[in-house]
Amino acid sequence: MEAHGNRSGALVLTPSGPNERNRQHKMSAVTAFFYLFSGVLLASAFMVISSRNPVHSVLYLILAFVNAAGLFILMGAEFLAMILIVVYVGAVAVLFLFVVMMLDVDFVELRQGFIQNLPVGALIAAIFAIELVLVVGTWSFTPEALSMRKAAAALPIDAMNTRALGRVLYTKYIYLFQGAGLILLVAMIGAIVLTLRPQRPNVKRQDVMKQNARTKETGMEIKTVPSGSALPEKVG
Amino acid sequence: MIGIGHYLTVAAILFTMGVLGIFVNRKNIIVILMSIELILLSVNINLVAFSTHLGDIMGQVFALFILTVAAAEAAIGLAILVVYFRNRGTIAVDDITMMKG
Repeated sequence: MEAHGNRSGALVLTPSGPNERNRQHKMSAVTAFFYLFSGVLLASAFMVISSRNPVHSVLYLILAFVNAAGLFILMGAEFLAMILIVVYVGAVAVLFLFVVMMLDVDFVELRQGFIQNLPVGALIAAIFAIELVLVVGTWSFTPEALSMRKAAAALPIDAMNTRALGRVLYTKYIYLFQGAGLILLVAMIGAIVLTLRPQRPNVKRQDVMKQNARTKETGMEIKTVPSGSALPEKVG
Repeated sequence: MIGIGHYLTVAAILFTMGVLGIFVNRKNIIVILMSIELILLSVNINLVAFSTHLGDIMGQVFALFILTVAAAEAAIGLAILVVYFRNRGTIAVDDITMMKG
């Protein structure tokens, strides 16, 4: 069974046999999974912004990302779904969790103003939602755009999603790909430099140069101990 | 039958929730960062939906780069947050008035 987009509308699962009833079953399964994933996604997104405890917010964020990955799989973008799981659930959400648990912050104090900000926020969000619904509801392609998009990078039917993505990413968009790597490098160096503590004066640290420069003469000291007395307290 | 409109609607609601989250959690910068992640996720859903609908893989390439930038942004934001907390002992955004902007 292979998923691909067709010209008329959305994702269609090509039926494995000519049986029309089999096809109907698959369509209803896709519909059910769409509503399941998007329902849980929106509910957990709401819990992210309204949860009292930021740790719960992060956990709901993880749930939201997992469900978004499910939506991506329904749309036929398996590679992005896996990237979303690996990068977001595996790295970014854990980073958030670390920071939330590491900082000793009074979160009750930070929640003050939640109720006061709610009317303004809800008003702006409602305006936003109405505008977006208007755009989604009345949106359509112009015929010129439909003819223009023939020239773009076509989604191959024969290849897997990952292979198709790699085919354009490593050839046509190789400079963008390198640029993305550079962005990650700069972010990594920036994060390290920002959080690096300056060396505290009273802490002994390992210094490899000093260790290598050490010789027998500088490292050892011969003491003559008179018989009958103990070694001096401080050695070295 | 699930069409592109369904996915766009989900992404629109998710985007709105992200904006609402920024407004209602104005003091807690951690939740603000999470709301930004939600907004970027909704944009990604839009891009992938159009990519599937148009049969063009460029949308998925775009979504991949947005994921990269979002990960970098989260890392830098949290690093700044940790440094700020170490210096000031709080992360309330309202108190950041050092530059008197």
